[in-house]
Amino acid sequence: MGNSILKKTEAISIVLCGEAGHGIQTVEQILTRLLKLSGFHIFATKEYMSRVRGGSNSTEIRVSSERVSSLLNRIDILIPFDHAALKHVKKRISNETVILADREIIADKENNNDLNWIDVPFSRIASEIGGTIYTNILSAGIIAGLLKVGVDDLDHYIEQFFSPGDKNTIGKNRNAAKKGYEIAQELINSGKIKIDVARNAGVTEEIIINGAEAVGIGAIAGGCNFISSYPMSPSTAVLTFLSRNARDFNLISEQAEDEISAINMALGAWYAGGRAMVTTSGGGFALMEEAVGLAGMIESPIVIHLAQRPGPATGLPTRTEQGDLQLALYSGHGEFPKIIFAPGKLEDAVYLTHQAFNLADKYQIPVFILTDQYFMDSYYNLPSLNLSETRITQYIAKTDQDYKRYRLSKDGISPRGIPGYGEGLVLADSDEHDEEGHITEDLDLRIEMVNKRLAKLRGITEEAIPPELVGREDYRTLVIGWGSTFHVICEALDNLERTDVAFLHFKQVYPVHPDTLEYLKKAEHTIMIEGNATCQFGRLVKITTGFDINDKILKYNGIQFTVEEVGEQIKAILGREE
Amino acid sequence: MNTERFDMENIDIAWCPGCGNFGILKALKTALVEIDIKPEKLVMVSGIGQAAKIPHYLKTSIFNGLHGRALPPATAIKAVNSDLTVIAESGDGDMYGEGGNHFIHAIRRNPDITNIIHNNMVYGLTKGQASPTSQSGFITPVQVNGTHSEPFNPVAVAISLDVSFIARAFAGDHEQTKEIMKKAIIHQGYSIVDILQPCVTFNKLNTYKWFKDHTYYLEDNYDPFDRTEAFKRAIEKDKFPLGIFYINPDKPCFNETLPVYSASTTPLFRREMDIEKLVSLVNSKRAG
Repeated sequence: MGNSILKKTEAISIVLCGEAGHGIQTVEQILTRLLKLSGFHIFATKEYMSRVRGGSNSTEIRVSSERVSSLLNRIDILIPFDHAALKHVKKRISNETVILADREIIADKENNNDLNWIDVPFSRIASEIGGTIYTNILSAGIIAGLLKVGVDDLDHYIEQFFSPGDKNTIGKNRNAAKKGYEIAQELINSGKIKIDVARNAGVTEEIIINGAEAVGIGAIAGGCNFISSYPMSPSTAVLTFLSRNARDFNLISEQAEDEISAINMALGAWYAGGRAMVTTSGGGFALMEEAVGLAGMIESPIVIHLAQRPGPATGLPTRTEQGDLQLALYSGHGEFPKIIFAPGKLEDAVYLTHQAFNLADKYQIPVFILTDQYFMDSYYNLPSLNLSETRITQYIAKTDQDYKRYRLSKDGISPRGIPGYGEGLVLADSDEHDEEGHITEDLDLRIEMVNKRLAKLRGITEEAIPPELVGREDYRTLVIGWGSTFHVICEALDNLERTDVAFLHFKQVYPVHPDTLEYLKKAEHTIMIEGNATCQFGRLVKITTGFDINDKILKYNGIQFTVEEVGEQIKAILGREE
Repeated sequence: MNTERFDMENIDIAWCPGCGNFGILKALKTALVEIDIKPEKLVMVSGIGQAAKIPHYLKTSIFNGLHGRALPPATAIKAVNSDLTVIAESGDGDMYGEGGNHFIHAIRRNPDITNIIHNNMVYGLTKGQASPTSQSGFITPVQVNGTHSEPFNPVAVAISLDVSFIARAFAGDHEQTKEIMKKAIIHQGYSIVDILQPCVTFNKLNTYKWFKDHTYYLEDNYDPFDRTEAFKRAIEKDKFPLGIFYINPDKPCFNETLPVYSASTTPLFRREMDIEKLVSLVNSKRAG
């Protein structure tokens, strides 16, 4: 072992990296829960390749005495599972990074000496336990040990995690965890690593969820009782979550033969009184687009969760981007209103998804929840979810004999009947139609129907969720962002310690809230931060407000912005301006 | 039979005089009255095409959606409210061409709906191009040398996938078409009725006379529960057999496989979400 010394008191950033199949996800699942139960604030996220075996995937786990919720570039402790892993995260390794590894196996000539190695014979120990497959749990044991989690708590958690299962396997995993814990004790005793992150008893009782679960919980809170989707990364976890909970919540979950079927099913479900959503990504949503227009024409509610990934086409299937705002905004041919939400906090995803169902029902329009791979796969602990703020609002009308589905009205909303509830008949037609719902080519009526549908925009805009200002009101520079970058930008600005820089975050990106222009005009300088190449929200702001944003920070390599990246780029812009 | 409950007054029907669709509409209305279906408990679902306009010509609730996409909403409508009778009805282009994938998967999924397909072996609304069921060599403004693709055989495909119910009718025979429709609608499970039908404007090959000469009814002693025999008859080429080819009485319907209906058949809109269960779901995230 070398002379490496790591001292950390407030927070630590741990990265595990290896092949798909090395069991890194298992370590993430175990550590996030175990460390949270031990009173640490936790954030975890992953980046992975589109393959079932091989490649290099990494998981970042931040452990802190204060709340953490965003991706760092910095790595304090790296556990590479193979040689490729070291190369994969090379750019993030600094002289401060401590690498816990089988040095002989992992290192090569070029980086053997200039890195901070702590040699741990993972392979030998894992083999003694029962095979190299135990390397992951050995690592989990080491981290738990370094953070001084109770050894009994660790053992108990590991046992519980693998139960019910083969006793022999459970025993070996418990051994691996204990052995890892002992290695950590030696590292602490030798003075090589000293981590003193304070714990908070209250955290133990907090919940820990990821973005996919937040969207799923929000859907249930909004009364979702039908989900039809086709599996596609990174949106599938929402389908999985709702399928798992279908029985408890009177929910029908169906894997459709394709995305086209999925969304057409969802529209059929709404028509007959269900509250349906689809969850999809990239190309899957491209296939659904025609039916978004159908929703527009038949004035059907629909909730669409679109977890963005880099395109076009198959793109980078397992990675992140904010590249589909315009796709969602302009989806479906013809002109009709929609709402687009883009949560930045997990609790917002719960609240907004719930609200999406109510607003879709109220205005009889498509409502989007725009997330991305980063948001789907990121976990952190939070005190709880305030479900008392959620409410299922039903707008189904009982019909009488004279019922007309598309009765013209000032606000564009006609009472929405469903077949079999009341004496009336309910007609939905993808053609332009009369008030009853029958095909028409009456061109004057066509104008009235277009105006009726578009009239809803007024109500929708009035109800728009205002952007959230983070920082002081008397800002000189205003940073603007939307969706999943919320926490990253907040932390970057915290680190910057500039009282004259504030952050305006949009969780509703369409329609843009009417106050937006006021916020922009107040700033001497504006900076848009987006995870795409063409500044899509910046352009939408320009179209809506006429305001030209001064600077843009854009990223589109498939990885979320890190706190450091955002900080440095803002600093560079501020430096140039001053 | 008086079909008044489904009759509509003063409607401007978009079909050509002499179109087979008229016969199918009449047979359908009569069948619905004879088995006493109430208009407010019926939903007619269709896609796009001349046949797909049929829901507009009878008084009931309708979902006239996108081209090729009648089956997914029809499946979902029945899934969220099993009190409704759901009939998806469209043409051969809509159901077998644009919607072919849904056709295959509806057979697998087996929703308790009826699917009526007007099969005139040509595209009418787009003015005379080949359809998936056009006979080989059929010359059109697009298939100028005659279509070279093997005609889609919905009956054989359905039987190969062990469909719940498949029949073929001929629009020229009102009585038999109506009787087949009644059995299909009453049948529990996905029931398909492929109806051979002339297009008097765009199909000069497959005329009323041609269909009369090229069809025959399955014999009285034919056994619709014999899948192998059904398949043999389905692939006959000289003449199209008419009648009920195959019934699989043992296939569970889609709704029967859904946990939401394990205890009750109450439609979903009459149910409430259990907030206590949601609170405990959230609380389960404390323990990890």
